Amino acid sequence: MKITEPTDQGRREFIGKAAGAAAVAVAPGVFLHSVAESAPRADPVTSKVRWGMLIDTSKCADGCTACVQACDLENGLDLQQKPEGETESAWDQQRSKWIRKVKVRDNLTGRVTGMPVMCQHCEYPPCVDVCPTGASFRRADGVVMVDRHICIGCRYCMMACPYKARSFIHEVVEVKLTSAPRGKGCVESCNFCVHRLDNGGTTTACQDACAKDGHAAILFGDIRDPNSPVSKALAQYSSTQIRPELKLNTGVRYHDL
Amino acid sequence: MKKVQFSEWGIPSPRYWGLLAFLAAVAGIGGLAALYMEHHGHWVTGMSNQVVWGTPHVFAVFLIVAASGALNVASVGSVFGKKLYKPLAPLSGLLAVALLTGGLMVLVLDLGRPDRLIVAMTYYNFKSIFAWNIILYTGFMVIVLFYLYTMKERTMSAYSKPVGVFAFVWRLALTTGTGSIFGFLVAREAYNSALLAPMFIVMSFAFGTAIYILVLIYAFRADNRSLGDVVLFRLKNLLGVFVAGMWYFMLIYHLTNLYITENHDFVAFVLRDGGIYTAAFWLGHTIVGVVMPLGIIYHPVLGQSRGWISGACGMVILGGLATMYLIIIGGQAFPMSLFPGKTIIESGFYDGVNGLPAAYAPSMPEVLLGLGGVAAALLVTMVGIRMLGFLPESLADSVADPHGGETAAAH
Repeated sequence: MKITEPTDQGRREFIGKAAGAAAVAVAPGVFLHSVAESAPRADPVTSKVRWGMLIDTSKCADGCTACVQACDLENGLDLQQKPEGETESAWDQQRSKWIRKVKVRDNLTGRVTGMPVMCQHCEYPPCVDVCPTGASFRRADGVVMVDRHICIGCRYCMMACPYKARSFIHEVVEVKLTSAPRGKGCVESCNFCVHRLDNGGTTTACQDACAKDGHAAILFGDIRDPNSPVSKALAQYSSTQIRPELKLNTGVRYHDL
Repeated sequence: MKKVQFSEWGIPSPRYWGLLAFLAAVAGIGGLAALYMEHHGHWVTGMSNQVVWGTPHVFAVFLIVAASGALNVASVGSVFGKKLYKPLAPLSGLLAVALLTGGLMVLVLDLGRPDRLIVAMTYYNFKSIFAWNIILYTGFMVIVLFYLYTMKERTMSAYSKPVGVFAFVWRLALTTGTGSIFGFLVAREAYNSALLAPMFIVMSFAFGTAIYILVLIYAFRADNRSLGDVVLFRLKNLLGVFVAGMWYFMLIYHLTNLYITENHDFVAFVLRDGGIYTAAFWLGHTIVGVVMPLGIIYHPVLGQSRGWISGACGMVILGGLATMYLIIIGGQAFPMSLFPGKTIIESGFYDGVNGLPAAYAPSMPEVLLGLGGVAAALLVTMVGIRMLGFLPESLADSVADPHGGETAAAH
């Protein structure tokens, strides 16, 4: 994984010019290197695929936060730095979190259930409806995410999200991953590890971590493909959405909730 | 009714420039506060991922709502044909533009990326009520400026009424839009109500009229212009009706929520358990914003005193800010019902564990930015009345009273 350090503009310009000079120096039509993966990534995503997830709360272990830690590492959330002078408690309420563990108790029966909650990747996402610039968008393959180039930081999507799944970047970002760029003043949330999906991957970091720890509570895949493990599990077990009455047709489903 | 003459605000220059310097300083401090927040990021504010709109939004929405309400005085004159209000119209239009300028300034400077304002102007998602509001605000500005032109330019006076009607309809749409920014949020218990749009409209009438009366009294007194009881008491009574209307909508809002079982927790939060938000409702909205002003306005003795009337206007404004604080911040602090029928007992993201509301305390830069917006609005107003002949030379009863002239039959 590449880490982007604070940009040194002078150095960047120098390297750019040097690369240009090198390209010129080589014979016409011969390039020093080519971007091998550019061809498949140039194809737009289609609605033939809908990425989705089934979370089996009965397998979600109490006290385990493997999915949260894996997400933090995968998306560079662990690289966020508490601004100097900020208290720990304030920072914890302001730092970006894409996935969190939630434990609920049934008011009638007292039954306790634990589960990870993240962006639910709605088919009809309220965050997309309210975004004034269209920065908050849903891809044809069901991934809901933010175009960081046109997000103006109004935070209306955070007001509208029924799952409180989004975070605002409150601080100056010094270090970030190239796969998860991040900047002060924009909103972000779980994007189903979209950088993996766009490079041929078919799993998310949270799913991998959960499986590695032996729980396998998270199943991810293409829910349009009837033969995918997640589709088969959804067909076999009962499942529900969080806040189903809103009829958002979420991509994330829960079993035994 | 005699012909009303208009003239520029003629207070002595040192006093005028002193006033401008003071307002510019407050607005400038607000600008510096915005720069500070922009430079460091929003971590220096009281806002968080739980309460995402803070004190700047309280001021911004208050000013925007008040802006459309300030135009009301002009509308009564041209839309409803009340001649008494006609001389009051230019100041009404100016105040509307000024308050909107101040409110939008605060709103934009609180964005995470205020430098991307051009993006907000060039990329539109037409399903977003927020995007519609951008069009409604800029449109309002243009229409009111044109409305002012028709009022002041003799050759255009024939257009004043139709433009006034259009401006009135537009301002209703604007406040409907502002109320709907909250009303369209299905996710949160405090919002998700069609009542918010009409409630915002009647609140705009109240806030805008209160600000109008205060500015009118101040501008006239400072310039030794005569403001008769007929005009003032008419405006005061109008304010009383609007404040009562605001209270009515708040009552219906709570009664509706009381009827809907799933909203009982929210009503209990506002009326009983919400701490600062409960105080904002009872002390701020109800006592300061409604009961005391109504008591003064309709009191046989106090209601005749300019000092008390000014006080009542000030209370409506303070109560209005408390109401906005309750709606905007209280609405976010109240925990969203993620799992109906269940209690969240642990969460890594402050999801209202055991029903606890989200924490928020306003920070100094947020308050300064908000006050900066108020100062900017007043600055525009003061410059406007100084440069343009928007103030009637006299509103003494003998000049303004319709009963003294040929229009008496209309009343």
